[in-house]
Amino acid sequence: MSLTSEEVNRIAWLARLAIDSDKTDAYAHDLSGILDFIEQMSAVDTATVEPLAHPLDQAQRLRPDAVTETDQRALFQQLAPAVEAGLYLVPKVIE
Amino acid sequence: MHEKTIAELSLGLKNKDFSSQELTQAFLTRVKKLDPELNTFITVTEEIALASARAADDLLAKGEAGPLTGIPIAQKDIFCTKGVRSSCGSKMLDNFISPYDATVVERFNQAGAVMLGKLNMDEFAMGSSNETSFYGPVKNPWDTGTVPGGSSGGSASAVAARLVPGATGTDTGGSIRQPASFCGITGLKPTYGLVSRWGMIAFASSLDQAGPMARTAEDCALMLQAMAGFDPRDSTSVDQPVPDYSATLGTSLEGLRIGLPKEFFGEGLDPEIARLIHAAVDEYRKLGATVKEVSLPNMHLSGPAYYVVAPAECSSNLARLDGVRYGYRCTEPKDLKDLYMRSRGEGFGAEVKRRILIGTYALSAGYYDAYYLKAQKIRRLISEDFKRAYQEVDVIMGPTSPSVAFRFGEKSADPIAMYLSDIYTIAVNLAGLPGMSIPVGFSGSLPVGMQIIGNYFSESRLLNVAHRYQQVTEWHRRSPGL
Amino acid sequence: MQWETVIGLEIHAQLATKSKIFSGAATAYGAEPNTQACAIDLGLPGVLPVLNQEAVRMAVKFGLAIGATVSPRSVFARKNYFYPDLPKGYQISQYDLPVVSTGQTTISVDGEEKVVGITRAHLEEDAGKSLHEDFHGFSGIDLNRAGTPLLEIVSEPDMRSAKEAVAYMKKLHALVRYLEICDGNMQEGSFRCDANVSIRPKGQKKFGTRAEIKNLNSFRFVEKAINYEVERQIEILESGGQVIQETRLYDSVKDETRSMRSKEEANDYRYFPDPDLLPLEITSEFIESVRAGLPELPDAKRDRFKSEYGLTDYDAEVLTATRELATYFEAVVKAAGCDAKLCANWVMGDLAAALNKAGLEIEHSPVKPDRLAGLVQRIADDTISGKIAKQVFEALWESGDTADAIIEKQGLKQITDTGAIEAIIDEIIAANPDQVAGYKSGKDKLFGFFVGQAMKATGGKANPAQLNELLKKKLQ
Repeated sequence: MSLTSEEVNRIAWLARLAIDSDKTDAYAHDLSGILDFIEQMSAVDTATVEPLAHPLDQAQRLRPDAVTETDQRALFQQLAPAVEAGLYLVPKVIE
Repeated sequence: MHEKTIAELSLGLKNKDFSSQELTQAFLTRVKKLDPELNTFITVTEEIALASARAADDLLAKGEAGPLTGIPIAQKDIFCTKGVRSSCGSKMLDNFISPYDATVVERFNQAGAVMLGKLNMDEFAMGSSNETSFYGPVKNPWDTGTVPGGSSGGSASAVAARLVPGATGTDTGGSIRQPASFCGITGLKPTYGLVSRWGMIAFASSLDQAGPMARTAEDCALMLQAMAGFDPRDSTSVDQPVPDYSATLGTSLEGLRIGLPKEFFGEGLDPEIARLIHAAVDEYRKLGATVKEVSLPNMHLSGPAYYVVAPAECSSNLARLDGVRYGYRCTEPKDLKDLYMRSRGEGFGAEVKRRILIGTYALSAGYYDAYYLKAQKIRRLISEDFKRAYQEVDVIMGPTSPSVAFRFGEKSADPIAMYLSDIYTIAVNLAGLPGMSIPVGFSGSLPVGMQIIGNYFSESRLLNVAHRYQQVTEWHRRSPGL
Repeated sequence: MQWETVIGLEIHAQLATKSKIFSGAATAYGAEPNTQACAIDLGLPGVLPVLNQEAVRMAVKFGLAIGATVSPRSVFARKNYFYPDLPKGYQISQYDLPVVSTGQTTISVDGEEKVVGITRAHLEEDAGKSLHEDFHGFSGIDLNRAGTPLLEIVSEPDMRSAKEAVAYMKKLHALVRYLEICDGNMQEGSFRCDANVSIRPKGQKKFGTRAEIKNLNSFRFVEKAINYEVERQIEILESGGQVIQETRLYDSVKDETRSMRSKEEANDYRYFPDPDLLPLEITSEFIESVRAGLPELPDAKRDRFKSEYGLTDYDAEVLTATRELATYFEAVVKAAGCDAKLCANWVMGDLAAALNKAGLEIEHSPVKPDRLAGLVQRIADDTISGKIAKQVFEALWESGDTADAIIEKQGLKQITDTGAIEAIIDEIIAANPDQVAGYKSGKDKLFGFFVGQAMKATGGKANPAQLNELLKKKLQ
C-alpha cells in the first residue's frame, strides 16, 4: 500500500501536524511500510465476526447528578501558555 | 541495602535495622552517582522523598506501618503527579506540572511509599527501546551499549541497576514485560480494568494498563496490592474484590497445567532463548506442573491489528495536546492553524507523529471498515483463541521477546523492525489478559525473560507461579553489579 | 416552475442537569469564565469521563414522550476535529447507536395537523465558547460550557414550509420544558436550532442539494432565515446554477444567510467508539420507572382540556402551550368552580396582555390563580359586568386585594334592580327628546346613545342585559 506525499500532507493536516517538506517523502515511505504490515489483516475472512471494542464485557457505570468540583481556575491556569481575564487566549478565530 | 528486595526492606524497616530516611538517602545517593550514565530518571523528587520518608518513620515508630510504608519507589513519568513535572517523555509536556495525582500515585502515597522521582520512558509510551524519549535514551545496566527495552525503559533499568527497589510501568503492547525481559527483572501487566487509568496519560485507551516492576514476584505482589482495585473515576475500572496477592504466593503448583503455544516457538525464535525457556519449563515440571502444546492460530495477526488499534486510539487521545491550555506552544503563532501545526509539529517526536498519522489514516473516511473495524474483529479472534486454550490449560508460557536487548540504533531506522520485537506480548493486550515476564537466564551477558500469561483476573495465580520458580532458581537475584 | 421546500431541523437542547455529562463540574449559566471547567472539562492529560445518570434519564424521558424506541444498548463515539473551544480535540457524542431512535410529533399549522418524524435523539457534550471581542488580535476561550449535556434531536426532512418548521420547533420547545429536561432559554443558548433547507421541483422524489443554516436562536429567525434561504436557492436554480452543499449563518441584521468562510472543506470526523466509555445499557425496568414519572404530555393535556372543559381547539392549544400556563389555568378553574370558558378568556386575554406588557412569565404573575378565580366568580354570578371586571382586574394587578374587597371598596356592584334601572332610563328619555324621536323614526343606531347615557349615569354598573331589555321596552 503506497502513500503519496499528497496523502501524507492531507493526513498531516487532519491531524494538525506540521511536517517539514523535506521529510514528507520519508514519512510517506515509513507509513507505506506500516500499511503493508497492517495489510496482513486482510488475509483472514472476518465477515461473521463481531468486533471486540473492549476486553471487558461490562456496561457503562452511571454516576449521580451532583456538583462535586470546585473552582480551581487559578491552579489550572498556571499551566496555560496565554491567559487573560480568566480566558485562554488563541490567535483570533475567524467565523 | 540496595540489593534488598521490597519485602526484605520492609522487614528491615520494621525491625529498625535502618530508617526510611536512611534508606531513601542511600538510594538518592545511588541515583546521583549512577544515573548520569543510565539516564533512568527524568525528575528526581529529593525533597518530596525525604519528607515522605520522615512521615513514614513516624508511622513506623508508632507501629502503624503497612508493607510499603517507607519503601522508596519511582513512578513512570506517564503518571500525573501533583506539583511535579509529568512529561510522558515528551517535549510537549516538558513544562506540564500536573495539578493532580493519578490514582496509582495516590494509592502508593496512601500506602506510605516514598517517591524518589519520575522515570524515563519512550515518548507517550510509544516504543520498545526507550530511544524516543525527549530526555534522551536510557541505558541497559547489563550492557550500556544496549537498550533497556520500552516503553517503561527507565523503570526497568532503574530497578535492575538497584537505583530503586520497585517502579511502576505501563503496558499497552508489551511495555512492562519486554523491558523487564531485557533488564532481567520481574514485571506484571494486570488484566485490563484491574488498575485505574485515572491520571495515567492515555496512549491506547482500550489496551493501556499500569503494573508493578520489581526484582521478585513477591515484590510485585506487594506493589499490585496497593495499585489494584475499583476506581469510580475510571469507567473502564472493574468493580470486584481484590484478593490478597501475597497470601497465595507459596501455593503448590502440583497439577498446574501449562500451555506452550506452538506459534511462539516457530522458526524465528533465537535458539538460545528457546533453550532457556524450555529449561525454565522443565523447572515447572519438577514443581509438579504438566505441559502441553496449545495453539493460538491467529497470533500472527496480532501485530497488524495492534498497529491499527493503538495508533487510531492514540491519534485521538493526543489531539488534546494543542498548545491552548497547557503544554508546549510554538513561539509567536501567526494564526490558529499555525498554532496547531507548529506546536504539535515541534512538540512531538517522529515516532509519535508516525503513529498519529497512521491512526488518523486508519480512521479516516473510507478506511474505517478496512482498518479499525477489521482490527477489532481480529481482536475478537485472538481473544477466542485464548479462551479456547484456557479450557485446556491454566497458564500459557513462552518467550517474552524474540531477542535479548539490542544495540542502540539497531532497530530505530525501521519502524517495522521495532514493532516486531513485540510479537509475543501484543496479543495479550488485545485480549486484555494479564501477563508477566520473569528472568530465566542469560544469553551471553544479556538477560532473557519468559512470559507467563494467565486467564482474566488470575493475577494471584500468575504471581504464585512466578514466585515458586523464583524460590528454586537464582536468575532474579543476579545483579549487573553497579 | 413550482418549487417545493424541504426542511429538516436539528435541535440541540441543553439538558438541565446540575453537573456536566461526564464530570462533576457545575452547569449553571453565567459564571465567571473557566470557573466551572474542571480537569475533565479542560481535557488535561490522564482524565477520564464518567456518565451522568440524570442525562440518561432525561434522554429516555424525551424518547418516551415522542413515542420513540429507547435503545437497550447505545454507544458513545468520538467526533474528532480541532477547534479551540473543543478541549480534547474530539467531542464525545453518539454515532451508530444513539440512545433514542425513530419517534414523531404532531404539529398544527393554520388549523391543519401534520405528523413530523424524528429520526433520532442522542446524547453528547457541548463545547466551550469563543469570545472574539478584541484581546488585541486574540480570541478568548471560556470552557465553562464544555461538557454540558446536550440532547441532539434530528427530525426527518418532513417540513415543507418555514411555518411548519417554526411549529415543529415550538412544539419541541414546549415539550422539553414540559418534561423539565431543558429550560428552553434560547438567549442563553439552552435550545439551539440548525435548519437543513433544500428545494426541488414539485412532484420530484429526489431531494435537492441542501444548505445547513446554523445556530438559529429564535423562532422568528428560524422563519426568516428559511424564507430567505428558499428564495436564494430558487434564484440560483432558476438562473441555471447549482446549490452548493455548505454551512451558512443567518445575519439577522441584514436578514440574509451567508456562507461560513472558515469551513474550508467537509470535515472528516473519523468517528469511532470511545474506548474510555462502555456501552450504555438501558433496562426495561429503568424505562418503565421513567415512564411512570412522566408528566401529562402537551397533546394529552390539550385533548383533555377540550373534553373536560369544553374548550375549543384554539383555546386548548393556547392554554397548553406551556406546563406553567396550563397549571395556572386549571388552578383558576378549580378555585372558581365554574365556567371554564370564562376562566380561559380571562387567562388568555387580560392576564396574558398584562403579563406581556410587564415582561413577566406566568410563574411570576402578581395575580395568582385564586384571586383571578375570585374575579371570574363575580362575573359569573352577575355581581359585576364584564366591563367593570376589567377595572377590577387592574386593581387586582396593582394590589394584593381580593376581587370582593375591590368591588366593595370601589362600589362596583352591578345594578340589577329593575326599578332603579327603569328610573334612570326614564330620566334619560325625559332629557333627550330629540334622540327619542330620532330613534322612533327609524335611526336604530341611536340605541347605543341611550345605552351610553345609562352607563354614564350608573357609573357603568347597570347590568347590560337588563338595561338593554328595559330600554327596548321603554323606547317602543
